[in-house]
Amino acid sequence: MKAFTQTRVWYPFIGPFDPCPPIRVKTYSTPPQLFLGFQPPQLPQNSLPEALRQGTLWPALYSPYEPQP
Amino acid sequence: MWVYEKKLQYPVRVSKCDPRMAKYLIEQYGGADGELAAALRYLNQRYTIPDKVIGLLTDIGTEEFAHLEMIATMVYKLTKDATVEQLKEAGLGDHYANHDRALFYNNAAGVPWTAAYIQAKGDPIADLYEDIAAEEKARATYQWLIDMTDDVDLQDSLKFLREREVVHSQRFREAVEILKMERDRKQIF
Repeated sequence: MKAFTQTRVWYPFIGPFDPCPPIRVKTYSTPPQLFLGFQPPQLPQNSLPEALRQGTLWPALYSPYEPQP
Repeated sequence: MWVYEKKLQYPVRVSKCDPRMAKYLIEQYGGADGELAAALRYLNQRYTIPDKVIGLLTDIGTEEFAHLEMIATMVYKLTKDATVEQLKEAGLGDHYANHDRALFYNNAAGVPWTAAYIQAKGDPIADLYEDIAAEEKARATYQWLIDMTDDVDLQDSLKFLREREVVHSQRFREAVEILKMERDRKQIF
């Protein structure tokens, strides 16, 4: 579960006459709620300070996001 | 009825003087996918949704108002000490002409909030699917807002708000699963 990435990558078509320098790789976010289904019982919980910091009690629902350039 | 706690759900610290960011943050205040739209949508839908998920809509709708306060705090901190000249440079001249430094429910482009942004269809599945979509759109908006500032303290609060959208989306998806279950159907053989 931890192993998989919360980002997906795609490669848009680059035309020969595009006016601007191409962005060759684009990404989008695929956070955990897309995969979890009905949350199973007895999942591990964060400590309360960590829950506040992450915004969720459940590590299984934590979705980090870093600013994109 | 509500009980008010005079504190924010999560701390809001703004370290960079950047009135232009306030203009962008207003999208989450009075925009189509903002916190006001979310709160009013959920708290209104709950009257005509099956009993099992009323509490969820109440809880999440209430939390959206807590998020609205956080956004308001960010916008206020970013604009309260800005000169008129700074506001004009930040693209907030139009706002100042109408509102001084007061907050108002409009989106980043200055379009005022409208109830046409939200829906109550009366069909539980249709309403919950709209709610899931609203959470994902708000999550995306927070992503673009995080992308647009280099203030790490502001980013920190925005990341918290984005995570809450993730959790809310999860809970709405579970609500759909609850309504799909046939546990209460009379079994006649």
